[in-house]
Amino acid sequence: MNLSPTWTIPAVRAALEARRISARELVKEFYSRIEKRNVELNIFLALSPERAYAQADRTDAAIAAGDALPPLAGVPMAVKDVISTHGIPTTCGSRVLAGYSPPYDATAVERLERAGAVILGKTNCDEFAMGSSNENSAYGPVRNPVATDHVPGGSSGGSAAAVAADMAVFALGTDTGGSVRQPGSFCGVPALNPSYGRVSRYGLIAYASSLDRIGPFAHTVRDVATVMSVIAGRDPRDATSSSAPVPDYLTGLGKPLHGLRIGIPDDYFGEGIDADVRKKTEAGIALLEKLGCRRVSIRMPNTEYAVAAYYIIATAEASSNLARYDGVRYGPRVPGSTLIEMYQKTRGHGFGPEVKRRIVLGTYVLSAGYYDAYYLKGQKVRTLIARDFREAFEKVDAIVGPTSPVPAFRLGERTANPLQMYLADIYTVTGSLAGVPGISVPSGKTPAGLPVGLQIYGPAFGEERVLHMAHAFEHAGGKEL
Amino acid sequence: MKISREDVLKVAALANLELSDAEVDSYRGHLDDILTYIDKLNEIDTSGVEPLTQVVVAPTDDSGLRDDVVVRADVIMEVLQGAPDPEAPYFRVPRVIEK
Repeated sequence: MNLSPTWTIPAVRAALEARRISARELVKEFYSRIEKRNVELNIFLALSPERAYAQADRTDAAIAAGDALPPLAGVPMAVKDVISTHGIPTTCGSRVLAGYSPPYDATAVERLERAGAVILGKTNCDEFAMGSSNENSAYGPVRNPVATDHVPGGSSGGSAAAVAADMAVFALGTDTGGSVRQPGSFCGVPALNPSYGRVSRYGLIAYASSLDRIGPFAHTVRDVATVMSVIAGRDPRDATSSSAPVPDYLTGLGKPLHGLRIGIPDDYFGEGIDADVRKKTEAGIALLEKLGCRRVSIRMPNTEYAVAAYYIIATAEASSNLARYDGVRYGPRVPGSTLIEMYQKTRGHGFGPEVKRRIVLGTYVLSAGYYDAYYLKGQKVRTLIARDFREAFEKVDAIVGPTSPVPAFRLGERTANPLQMYLADIYTVTGSLAGVPGISVPSGKTPAGLPVGLQIYGPAFGEERVLHMAHAFEHAGGKEL
Repeated sequence: MKISREDVLKVAALANLELSDAEVDSYRGHLDDILTYIDKLNEIDTSGVEPLTQVVVAPTDDSGLRDDVVVRADVIMEVLQGAPDPEAPYFRVPRVIEK
């Protein structure tokens, strides 16, 4: 039996087809890994062995019958706890949803299971996906498997860590302002935030609806592409999902990068960027040049306003989306003598500090007298940031820079100052506001051994191009830079 | 100081959020920092700029509209199972209207 720690999708396929392992044995192997390290790393909040083994048995039966296998047959995966899974507890990392199990599956989950993938369980995250370190989970922080006294990033820290710790072949996360790409960079695994509208949000529990997206983590860019080919596409249950045809993301992989113009925004290398991150980013850009890309210096002049615009828009939408947690339909209720008092106590008790902070901020920027000064202004600045990207893509094929200005930091190091934590989202919130796809791909490590991520942005619905570039980068040794 | 304790309490009431005194103090400080930072946006002239409410998605062949067809969901009992105080087929809440 092949018990090498890292299983990729093609490795699972080959082992199943050669009957070196059964799908059931593979699931068992992943649960035994989870059992060994989950107490320490706190990655999984819920496990779903019954459903996982039943799904694995379907693959084993198909193999025994000699049937053709779907693309993800028997591949164990993890799902972020803000994505609905029928009958599996889904808490969004919050006390307010303790004990809640959704009565339906998210579309992305449904498609993955139809393609044969096996859900092992649900991964820890910042409460309602609000955070950049995973320290805002009501169920305790996740530890970064690469350096266990460090954060895994957030908000999809559990999903990034599940892949990095070899507890899943791939994982789904969600990205609103960087919550897939930044933990991907902190844990040293490829992570894609697809274009807004590329993957259905049906069943994704909303944080900021105009920004929320589902995206995959995997060991290789090829596996990210395989997962994308399954989850992308129009879904009548999400009106904002696009019916633009879904290309086969695998066909472009492996072609040379000759002649691609990569835009390097001067604005992404200003103050606040860690010296080691800068060095590894420069080395990453040099590697892309060596692969045939042409470096073009560009300006993204509204970058410095992105964090402010993002935190207005995201918190405003959150204050509205989170109004539904009121102790009536799901989660624990704290009794009150009136309906309003019951709402107030349930919400005051059920939400953690960061969520309350964002609800208060979001309610404030939407409140009478402040709407124009904050919310409307934020939306206008969003227009300017989207314009920065549009204009840049008239001159270049991709935009390349660091994913995060800093590598993973120590647990507790940054919790005292929320604004400082927000400012580190600078390179990811820009693309979130503009709706464009961005991938974080490992680009070496700092001298302390902490992974650095290189971010490649493409134009809207340009997933093929960013996957193609990231794959070439990975194959040229990007991870070991 | 851009934001007072009273502002925080007013907004918390709008959001149906009970906050402790310590929370009010701590959020007041944080919000003050964040709103001061957000004032940065006043450096840019946005007159004549349209607000962006939703990024444009690629054209959909059906303008995002589906046929209006009734589909049975049949999830009432399952939904009620997760409710804190169900009384099938309803959610029970504290009295709203006095006799």
